[in-house]
Amino acid sequence: MLNIVWLVLLAVGIVVAALTGNIEVVTEAALGAARDAVQVCFDLIGVMALWLGIMRIAERGGLIQGLARMLRPLTVRLFPGVPHNHPAMGAIILNLSANILGLGNAATPFGLKAMKGLQQLNEGREEASTAMCTFLALNTGCITLLPATMIGVRLSFHSANPVEIVGPCIFATSISMIVAVSLDYWFRRFSRWGRRN
Amino acid sequence: MLYSILTVVSRWAIPVLLLGIPLYGQWKKVPVYEAFVEGAEEGFTTAVKIIPFLVGMLVAISVFRASGALDYISRALTPLTSYLGIPSEILPLAVMRPLSGSAVLGLATELMRVYGPDSIVGRLASVMQGTTDTTFFILTIYFGGVGVKKYRYAPISGLSADLSGFLASLYICHRIFG
Repeated sequence: MLNIVWLVLLAVGIVVAALTGNIEVVTEAALGAARDAVQVCFDLIGVMALWLGIMRIAERGGLIQGLARMLRPLTVRLFPGVPHNHPAMGAIILNLSANILGLGNAATPFGLKAMKGLQQLNEGREEASTAMCTFLALNTGCITLLPATMIGVRLSFHSANPVEIVGPCIFATSISMIVAVSLDYWFRRFSRWGRRN
Repeated sequence: MLYSILTVVSRWAIPVLLLGIPLYGQWKKVPVYEAFVEGAEEGFTTAVKIIPFLVGMLVAISVFRASGALDYISRALTPLTSYLGIPSEILPLAVMRPLSGSAVLGLATELMRVYGPDSIVGRLASVMQGTTDTTFFILTIYFGGVGVKKYRYAPISGLSADLSGFLASLYICHRIFG
C-alpha cells in the first residue's frame, strides 16, 4: 500500500515537472525535504525526551497504572488484546488525552511509545496487530476539544472571533471518531483482514 | 464560557503536568531525576529511528507538491467540487491533508491571508485543519518506528476518518457560517 503511494507521488511529481518545463524544482524539493526531515526528527528528539522522561516518573509512581485501571471498562472493549497493566496501555491513554486537548507535539512521543509496547505484544511481527490498527484509527479520527494551532493562526490574522471554530471542530471530529471506531470494529469482526490474528 | 475554560486548560496543561508529576513522584519516593533521564533516553532512540522513514516520505511529498501536480488535480476535480458546493480554493488542502501537516498549515495560512480568517474559505480551512489528520505521516512514523511493514486495514480506517471529518466540516460550516 505505502509502496504504491510513495512511488505514485514521486513519479507523478517528476513527470508533471518535466512536462511543464520545471524539472529543476524536483532536485531542489527533494534535497530540501531530505534536510527538513532530519530537522523535524531533531526537534522531535527534545520533545520526546522531555515527555517520555516525565512519563517515566509518573509510571514509577504508579500514576499511569492508576489511570489505566480507571479507564479499563472502556479500553477493554477497544483493545481486548492489551492487558490493562501493560505499559502500552498507559501510553495509549496519554496519547489520546493529548490529542483530545489539542496538544499535538505531546501526542507524538506517547504514540510512538505506545506502538513500541504494542509491537512487543505483537512479538515483533512484520504485520500490524489488531490493537495497532485500532490505535491508529482512534489516533487519526480522535475528537479534538481545542484546535490550538488553528486558533493561533486565526488570532494572528486578526479574526473577529478566533475561537468560533471550536464548536464546528468538536462536531466534525466526533463524526470522524464515530466513523473510525465503527469501521475498525467492522474490519476486526467481519473482514478477511480481521480474522488473521 | 466553554471556550474560555478550554483555552485556560490548554494554557495551563503543560506547566501543571511539569510541576505536578515530579511532585507526585517525589511523594511516592521515586528518584525523580534518575527516572526522568531513564525515560528521556528511550525518547532519544525512538526519535532517531524514524529518520529514514521521514526522509523517504517527505521527499516524495515535497517533489509531488513542488511539481504543481496538485493544481492540475484540483482543476480536474473542479466540476465535481462546485457541484458539491466546495470552494475550489479548499481542494488542495483536502488532497494534501493526509500527507503533510506542515504543507497544509502553509496552505491554510495562505488562504487566511488572502481571504481573511472570517470568510467562508478561511473558516472552512480552519475547521478542516482542526478536524482531519496527517494519516500517512502518522502511519509512516508509527509503523516505521517499530518495523511493521504490513498495515492491514489501518490506512483505510484512517483515511475514512479523514474523509468523513472533511465532509462533516463542510456540512457544519455551511450550516453555521454559510
